Amino acid sequence: MRTASDYIEMNVPAKPDYVGVVRLTISGLANRMGFAFDEIEDIKIAVSEAVTNVVNHAYDEDQEKGQVRVGCNIFDDRIEITVVDQGKSFDVESISKNLGPVDGKSVDQLNEGGLGLFLIDTLMDKVEISSEAGVVVMMTKYLHRDEVEEHVDRVSPAPSQ
Amino acid sequence: MNLQISQHQINETHELHLSGEVDAYTAPKLKEVMLPLTEKEGSVVVVDLSGIDYMDSTGLGVFVGALKSSKANNSSLKLRGMTDRVKRIFEITGLTEVMDIESGVKGEAL
Repeated sequence: MRTASDYIEMNVPAKPDYVGVVRLTISGLANRMGFAFDEIEDIKIAVSEAVTNVVNHAYDEDQEKGQVRVGCNIFDDRIEITVVDQGKSFDVESISKNLGPVDGKSVDQLNEGGLGLFLIDTLMDKVEISSEAGVVVMMTKYLHRDEVEEHVDRVSPAPSQ
Repeated sequence: MNLQISQHQINETHELHLSGEVDAYTAPKLKEVMLPLTEKEGSVVVVDLSGIDYMDSTGLGVFVGALKSSKANNSSLKLRGMTDRVKRIFEITGLTEVMDIESGVKGEAL
């Protein structure tokens, strides 16, 4: 694969039924890129969390379910995965304040949701969230992290359509 | 992309043996089976996770819900047989601190 990225995009209905389909596809791409087994598992979880968030939160209950768009940019040294919905945006700041492991919380204080974004943040190397019109989660995982320092602060814009 | 749940009961002890994947699609099924068991006072719910090869936060949420229910109803919830992958997400999220997790040897299926 060349430095210029290959791009793969999937559009699936925002339903639980398709979370696994997206996960398996991304797993195939990461495998082809040469990620290690554990890294592939991390990517699978992170992508599933992002897609599940869309399925659970992006569209109102009574509204017809929308689509979720998953874009993958494949570079020599990294995979960039963008998950986009066109549903309600949420307040990123207030949510990120509540992110974290359950350390020191009593059982009553535990939240049944809320661990998803924390996991994405923990399992991926770089995560960006924007919520201007709908929610865009962009996450990056590097191949051989130690060799790619020069790329760390390069930011690619989320693909627009 | 599926979840199999087998159940076994001896007196107050309910054993659940899970295999497959726990995600947004399959978690409701797990919740439907597990939650009512934790609602019976005095029951002991033992969940064997040795056959689980994928779990994300949706699955963690079901276990958090079951743990809360067991505290509220004086039952108990024990997890065992976790693979390293599954154990890792319980560790990352800090749930190993609050869950009763049997480590070491994988549980024998009954």
